[in-house]
Amino acid sequence: MRTAVAELGVRRARSLTEALDIMREEIRTPIAGATDVYVGLNFGTLVPRRFVDIWGISELRRIDVRDGQLVIGALTTYMDAIRSPHVASRLPMLVDAGRQVGGPQIQNRGTIGGNIANASPAGDSLPVLLAADATLVVRNFATERRMPLAQFFTGYRTTVLRPDELIVAIEVPPVTGKQWFRKVGTRAAQAISKIVIAGVRGPSPRLALGSVAPTVVRAHETERLLGMDAIDDAAAALANEIQPIDDLRSTADYRRRVAVNLLRRFWRDTA
Amino acid sequence: MQFTLNGSDVNVDAPPAARLLDVLRHECRLTGTKEGCGEGECGACTVLIDGDPVCSCLVPFSQVENAAVMTIEGLGDDHPLQHLFMNEVGAQCGICTPGMIMAALAIGNEPTIDDIKNALAGNLCRCTGYGAIYRAIFKWRQQRAVAGGKIDA
Amino acid sequence: MQTVQAVGTSVTRKDGIGKATGRAKYADDLSFPGMLHGRTIRSTIARGIVRKISFDSDPTGFTIVDHRDIPGRNIVDLIEQDQPFLVEREVRHMAEPLLLVAHEDPEKLLAASVAVEYEAQPPLLDAERSEGILKRIDIVKGDVESALASADVIVEGVYRTGHQEHVYIETNGVIAVPEDGGVAVYGSLQCPFYVIKALKCLLGANTHVRVIQTETGGGFGGKEEYPSMIAGHAALLALKSGRPVKIIYDRVEDMVATTKRHPSVVRHRTGVTRDGRIVAMDVDVLLDGGAYVTLSPVVLSRGCIHAAGAYRCENTRIVGRAVFTNTPPNGAFRGFGAPQTEFAVEVHIDRIAETLGMDPVTLREINALRPGDTTATGQRLREDTSARAVLDEAVRRTDFHRKREAYQGTNRAIGLSLFYHGAGFTGSGERQLNSRARLELTPTGVRIAVGSTEIGQGTRTMHAQIVADALGIPYETIEVAQPDTARVADSGPTVASRTCMVVGKILQECALDMRERLGRMSPEEYHGKYGAFSIERKYEPPEWIQWDDHTYRGDAYATFAWGCDVAELELDPETYEVRPIRLTAVQEFGRPIHPALAKGQIEGGTAQGLGYALLERVVMRDGAMANAQLTNYVIPTTLDTPELDVVMLENPYQDGPFGAKGLGELPMDGPAPAIVNALRHLGLDVREIPATPELIAQCSSR
Repeated sequence: MRTAVAELGVRRARSLTEALDIMREEIRTPIAGATDVYVGLNFGTLVPRRFVDIWGISELRRIDVRDGQLVIGALTTYMDAIRSPHVASRLPMLVDAGRQVGGPQIQNRGTIGGNIANASPAGDSLPVLLAADATLVVRNFATERRMPLAQFFTGYRTTVLRPDELIVAIEVPPVTGKQWFRKVGTRAAQAISKIVIAGVRGPSPRLALGSVAPTVVRAHETERLLGMDAIDDAAAALANEIQPIDDLRSTADYRRRVAVNLLRRFWRDTA
Repeated sequence: MQFTLNGSDVNVDAPPAARLLDVLRHECRLTGTKEGCGEGECGACTVLIDGDPVCSCLVPFSQVENAAVMTIEGLGDDHPLQHLFMNEVGAQCGICTPGMIMAALAIGNEPTIDDIKNALAGNLCRCTGYGAIYRAIFKWRQQRAVAGGKIDA
Repeated sequence: MQTVQAVGTSVTRKDGIGKATGRAKYADDLSFPGMLHGRTIRSTIARGIVRKISFDSDPTGFTIVDHRDIPGRNIVDLIEQDQPFLVEREVRHMAEPLLLVAHEDPEKLLAASVAVEYEAQPPLLDAERSEGILKRIDIVKGDVESALASADVIVEGVYRTGHQEHVYIETNGVIAVPEDGGVAVYGSLQCPFYVIKALKCLLGANTHVRVIQTETGGGFGGKEEYPSMIAGHAALLALKSGRPVKIIYDRVEDMVATTKRHPSVVRHRTGVTRDGRIVAMDVDVLLDGGAYVTLSPVVLSRGCIHAAGAYRCENTRIVGRAVFTNTPPNGAFRGFGAPQTEFAVEVHIDRIAETLGMDPVTLREINALRPGDTTATGQRLREDTSARAVLDEAVRRTDFHRKREAYQGTNRAIGLSLFYHGAGFTGSGERQLNSRARLELTPTGVRIAVGSTEIGQGTRTMHAQIVADALGIPYETIEVAQPDTARVADSGPTVASRTCMVVGKILQECALDMRERLGRMSPEEYHGKYGAFSIERKYEPPEWIQWDDHTYRGDAYATFAWGCDVAELELDPETYEVRPIRLTAVQEFGRPIHPALAKGQIEGGTAQGLGYALLERVVMRDGAMANAQLTNYVIPTTLDTPELDVVMLENPYQDGPFGAKGLGELPMDGPAPAIVNALRHLGLDVREIPATPELIAQCSSR
């Protein structure tokens, strides 16, 4: 353990209101499943700071269907999503993503809200939610904002979330079409994605990719060409719509090739 | 802070941001839970919180208030799964074993090999190649089926 | 006295149930009164001079040690005397230890700030460019140049393997406790007497030192020589502070700073007849030793001796070099040079088969070593030679030929490897080690007092089985002493697949002596009447072993174990990911003493070989491991490991205890080439490992 934790302040919030009041008073980093924050603490790479522990806010840990929308509370864990009949019937690609996010230990603690707030380009739920045209519901002590998830990410691990705001829910409209998800990790389980793709094949095809750009991205030009069933043109377009890099886990070359290959697989599988 | 540890109510004083792993090993003096990586990758630190296997190296102590935590010590010294791990050589060096056993407790009745593999996908073993671990668990489940017991310890 | 048969049965292990209850104590589970925590300050450059080190925090409560505090010699005493415990002036690799600090409060320890001024120099990081040869070995048999000149076909190739990190799930850790004016060191280690030797050099030959092995969470060679370094560090802090000092590496430090498997570049030039007989083998082996000599000469030795593979060839030349680079020294890792060179030869053999248009099994059948053949060092093999037996069984069992044909043109593939592994130390090594074992009569039975360590492989159990049967007394009455150098004999290191074959043999001899002395009495009766006694013997290598250290000719090993692995896999044509379907390991190692433990060695070693082949890639940047986290250096999980089908063939070795040979390392030699040969079956010309999807993607676009 490379961070001195004795002096690290943690305030526990027992309700959403309490959490937002705390965050109104002072800058505190929200901590829920801690599957990313604590890695930073363990390695001493996280600048020590004060935390507000929101793990116990049960009102944020629920999955409902309201007005035809799937409403996923921010503290829904991957395991919650995997076990939810609502998610299974409306957003099965989130179940796929949840199953591959890590072993059961991580699935029991990682939250969808945390995955979003972290804004890693490799976040496994992000392509799913982006392809599903999800809306993010965000609150501070005074206001509630809604925005398309697509507008939430501004750069590598950077979002429009203000220091006094919490993600409270993700609203997913009905998805028309077949859902498809594929993650390629460094190994078969418990792996960070080298490339992760979610697709929807309906009247208006959607394709979202992770680990190929500083943020999760939608491939709009590719989608347009898919909509015309021009798969070869779409494949060529996709190679240009992503900006993969070489890193410790993989190469730009590999990611680009596999992205294009998997696009074709998506198209075949959902035909 | 109050919580339940291996079935008993306890009150332990430790910094709220301390890792649950460290609180268990130091303040609670239960060294059965091991540190293998500090990043939630190896599962050697697996404990149950309210019945769910989690990596205790990633859990802030403050979060277990009023929760039920179970460690390997909570199984005692005579649990059938412990004997099977030794006899089937599911444990060679043994360092991954406590975490492996805790994760295995979540495996249901009549598991398939894939059920077992998925339940243990977050637990690394470097010694066994996993085969003997599956054999130990299958035998345990068979014994349970014969005995008609429940899943609890 | 009852006659019992423990050997050959999977008896209840001597470890008890502690590993499964959490009661077994590993190094970090132990605490001593007044204990301090220790931390190693390490260099952040790969090469240069240290100009100044300053401890910038408030020194209250801190113990600080640098090289000037060393009472003896600042040398880690191993083969050469070139590696210091603490840098004096010259830095030769990243993460080299500079300074040691200790404090009672781990958080204060963490907060300690140390400033180092360097004069950096350009590091040499590429082994292929290094001119610093730390060891060269030449093994020559016959006339390779003439034989190549007259061969029908010559096949050449270059093969590469990368670093491999042990990833024992328990990292390195020790506690040094002041004792009798000196120190006792408790720790996670394989060779307590190596540590004693190193401490005596560091602290002074007359200083009291004692080393006790704690329950150890995996070693695989990574705790063979490295623990001397961490033990020395803890000892220095303990002596200076007068208090127990615990040093436990976290995973990042362990991966960056400690030893790894030597990377290799192996070049083959092989002459064959058109009908598939190997007539000439010319092999060049290059190993990257890192910054200090450590064990590289011996790794090179074993690698070179195995470099021509399990084949007979009258004209062989093997030239091996281990070179210096400015990287952390590489060291022992299960297989010890053989996984590297046997990877190369086995992939090369399949390429030869391909070139000749011959079946890879047939080529091996023609050339596999048989009793009476000589190896590259001129050793004449005897009846305990099973190359054909393991090959035939593996081919039969996996339905290899039919699948080889049926999988053509699909995404499935099957490949194999044939390999062998010499047991015990090379040549005169065992004689030089002069290992000892001791049996002590107790009131209730017998106690084994050896320096061999249990690291999960079953040492305690297997030794007790041998002693029980040799004595003819119940296995249950045998006790095994914890390896404490004050209490046990120096049995040599727990390495080189020698713990059963060599130390087990000495124990068998001790037991036979003891049996004679006990006569018709049970241990209890004898002890009751006459009191305790002990029998200590040293190893007597078979008389027929003749080895010349200078010419590198003769009997390299008392015996070899043999293996044939078959890998069946499926390639995802879109992501280039390899999904192993089944790995079949047919292995002959004399006979198993404890079948379940032996099977465990094969399954575990095979899984490690699988990781070596496909997943485990050390990314080096500026001379240090850049992906030093388990998130980024990945070993096989349950979902990565396929069904492992293990077959244990028997061919008793007459000089081994109850016919047993060494087993621990053999399983490591086979999986990587079997997998790469399966990839070749798919048309992928892979010549290096790890064969990651990225590499396979590149191969498939050629």
